[in-house]
Amino acid sequence: MTEPAGIEVVYFAWVRERIGLPRESITTSAATVADLVEELCAREPRYAAAFADLSALRVALDQELSDFSAPLAGVREVAFFPPMTGG
Amino acid sequence: MRIAVQSAPFDSAAELAGFGGAGAGAIVTFTGIVRNDSGEMQALELEHYPGMTERAMTAIAEEAVARWSLTDVLVIHRYGRFAVGEQIMMVATAARHRKAAFEAAEFLMDYLKSRAPFWKKEIGPTGENWIAAKEADEDALKRW
Repeated sequence: MTEPAGIEVVYFAWVRERIGLPRESITTSAATVADLVEELCAREPRYAAAFADLSALRVALDQELSDFSAPLAGVREVAFFPPMTGG
Repeated sequence: MRIAVQSAPFDSAAELAGFGGAGAGAIVTFTGIVRNDSGEMQALELEHYPGMTERAMTAIAEEAVARWSLTDVLVIHRYGRFAVGEQIMMVATAARHRKAAFEAAEFLMDYLKSRAPFWKKEIGPTGENWIAAKEADEDALKRW
């Protein structure tokens, strides 16, 4: 656990559709991305549904690709989305 | 170097006017158009992550410039709703020799596919479907 901090959480593609909103501001004491996911899943079933299979998800911290074990200290924006399909 | 993320269509001929840079001996261009994979697609929707998209595309293009000593690079990627056959993105690379220009263009395409934050959704007669990333797309990065 770390000091509670305000963080922007953004969702894209089917993660956004499953959770039902594109972004939200939350206050969290989560130390890592995985802790944040656990916290979100405990809130409501729609989060648990979106995060059911983490291997199907990617995460970006302040717009840089990262991973679920990464620390959240100092991070302002966390994004969750499926593997990218550009090109 | 020009990186653009836009919903508006682009004119590849106009984009290539003046493209090349000092010392260029070869230009390779690639244009991606919306393909009708299922045969029933009515539209393709492309969502992206404003901010991260530009950052990721710039980083990928800068790496290509450094690795293949490109004299110029152009990446345009559109987002929004598209009909089959519409132009969705283009890449151009300029180098002293063609091998570098071809390789850099392939590198850009492989990386844009899996590392630029875009997501495609197919709209068909029976509903909407997010297009899943292919394992082959991730594997394609390993050769670089």
